[in-house]
Amino acid sequence: MRKLSYSLAINEALHQMMDSDPSVFLIGQGVKSPWYVGNTAKGLLEKFGPERVIDTPVSENAITGTAVGAALVGMRPVVVHPRVDFMMYAMDPIINEAANWHYMFGGKSSVPVVIWGIINRGGEQAAQHSQSLHALFAHVPGLKVVMPSTPYDAKGLMVAAIKDDNPVIYMDDRWLYNLEEEVPEEVYSVPIGKGVIRREGKDVTLVATSYMVVESVKASEELGKEGVEVEVIDLRSVTPLDETLLFESIKKTGRLVIADGGWKTCGMAAEISAMVSENVFDDLKAPIMRVTLPDAPAPASRTLEKNYYPDFKTIVHAVKAVLRK
Amino acid sequence: MVRIRLCEESFVEPILSGQIRCPVHLYSGQEAIATGVCAALFEKDYVFGSHRSHGHYLAKGGDMRELVAEIYCKEPGCSRGRGGSMHIIAPEIGMAGSVPIVAGTISLAVGAALALKIKREKRITVSFFGDGAAGEGVLYESLNFAALKKLPIIFACENNFYSTHMPIRECRPENNIFKIGAPFCIQSYRVDGNDVLKVYEVTKHSVGLCRKGLGPVFIEFMTYRLRGHVGPNDNIQETYTDIRPKEEIAKWRKKDPIRRFQAFLIKNRIIRRETLERIDREVEEEVKEAHEFAKESPYPNPNELTKYVFKE
Repeated sequence: MRKLSYSLAINEALHQMMDSDPSVFLIGQGVKSPWYVGNTAKGLLEKFGPERVIDTPVSENAITGTAVGAALVGMRPVVVHPRVDFMMYAMDPIINEAANWHYMFGGKSSVPVVIWGIINRGGEQAAQHSQSLHALFAHVPGLKVVMPSTPYDAKGLMVAAIKDDNPVIYMDDRWLYNLEEEVPEEVYSVPIGKGVIRREGKDVTLVATSYMVVESVKASEELGKEGVEVEVIDLRSVTPLDETLLFESIKKTGRLVIADGGWKTCGMAAEISAMVSENVFDDLKAPIMRVTLPDAPAPASRTLEKNYYPDFKTIVHAVKAVLRK
Repeated sequence: MVRIRLCEESFVEPILSGQIRCPVHLYSGQEAIATGVCAALFEKDYVFGSHRSHGHYLAKGGDMRELVAEIYCKEPGCSRGRGGSMHIIAPEIGMAGSVPIVAGTISLAVGAALALKIKREKRITVSFFGDGAAGEGVLYESLNFAALKKLPIIFACENNFYSTHMPIRECRPENNIFKIGAPFCIQSYRVDGNDVLKVYEVTKHSVGLCRKGLGPVFIEFMTYRLRGHVGPNDNIQETYTDIRPKEEIAKWRKKDPIRRFQAFLIKNRIIRRETLERIDREVEEEVKEAHEFAKESPYPNPNELTKYVFKE
């Protein structure tokens, strides 16, 4: 099978979905500029024209609303925010409108829109170009939030998000864009709400999201050398969250470390921890540990950045701490 | 217009007696706008509304029984009792949705117009909003994008001079909302929103432009609400917040769009007074039946609290 990078896997999903369904279109700032969206939109404008590949002025609020409005009259738009930070301008159409729409009209109308936000951490970009705000959206009923960590899932979850009849927040991390693996050429979906075990183990469950899956796998390899068998779960979707997979693993290992690329307070890691305490407390042999960003804005300077972003070493440390208890 | 007025006024008593509890923003006084605009549209055209949208719903052809049932928050309501007065919809007749976030549906309407353009359909979209929405930034973003893409959309601003309790002179340096279209090269008009014929005329012309690909169009309709911002008289916990001068309300009562149109019809011998009275009686009956239907209808099943969070 041929190999594809993460970003080109997204690109292939867009090509194939736009090809097979005329109601799919791409809209957002920078869709014709690799400076904004890398090579994820490569060849789309040439193939589908400016009517379905719409580069826009900097108007996140109205443009996201436009995508939501098009969705509720039967289109399947993908609206891209090349930086999650700028999505904050679009909180009204995402939260007040898209998320509530199906419920507040008693199921009479739905919003099959994909709201795609690219996380751009590191690179001394500092506080307003680096935020990973998936937990904010996971908090809101009516939104699904997916975070693929591999090229295979990047394609399959984009296809699934476009086909879904509900608003789906699709969040990818630029740090994943150059990952390569075998990706099937045909169209396929990765089910939203289903996690996957990346490495089996019996000593500790290590559940991770997005880029933190990469660091978690690395950590599990390190720990493997010392004889510690870590079970790594890639959630893939943060809402709905695959509780069954998580709880089954904890029943086996009795220990849990959560690695998430967001902040600690009220973040995904906090939610997962609460979910586990509520449901499988009796299976736990030790307190749960969280590996997250510290509760601080992203800094610019590289010396501060180094301390800001957790990596496999931070995770190894956390796993060892859990094992000691 | 009579259907809207009598339907709106029929909510006063059940609100005061506590039978209707959800916030209700009455459209009384502004009927000529919804009526004149929707008369110039086809059923398959879309309209989007705001917190004050019972009139848009009825004028577009929405079912009165389902509207009234929704305001009582009953299961057979147009939003199955999940939305109440401020969230009403009738997709089958092009009433695409109304929400109480001020300016919240403007960009959605732009999106519906974009969808029509992508699909190369001749239909159009109307976005109804009030003067208060002219304070929201998304309106200006939407005007720009709609103009940039030449979308088939009419921005219908109903200027009733008050953004809740705030008179327009305290919201804008000048009372000239229709001028905001000009910097975006949008054809703009300002008309008497209490004259249903003028409303129809300007809308028909604008619809023609939009169908020919010469949209968008911005229309400011000057009007006045005869009731408070919310409920019959803005009685919020025994504090009456409707601070409008009595003389001002009296002045606008004289410009009541229904009385004006009735006088026109009689003066020009288009319709006889008896016929108008018969219409009133028929509508009264229709409204009465709608309330009976709503009162007899069940509330949503409490076990279905989380139904509709997602489309399955």
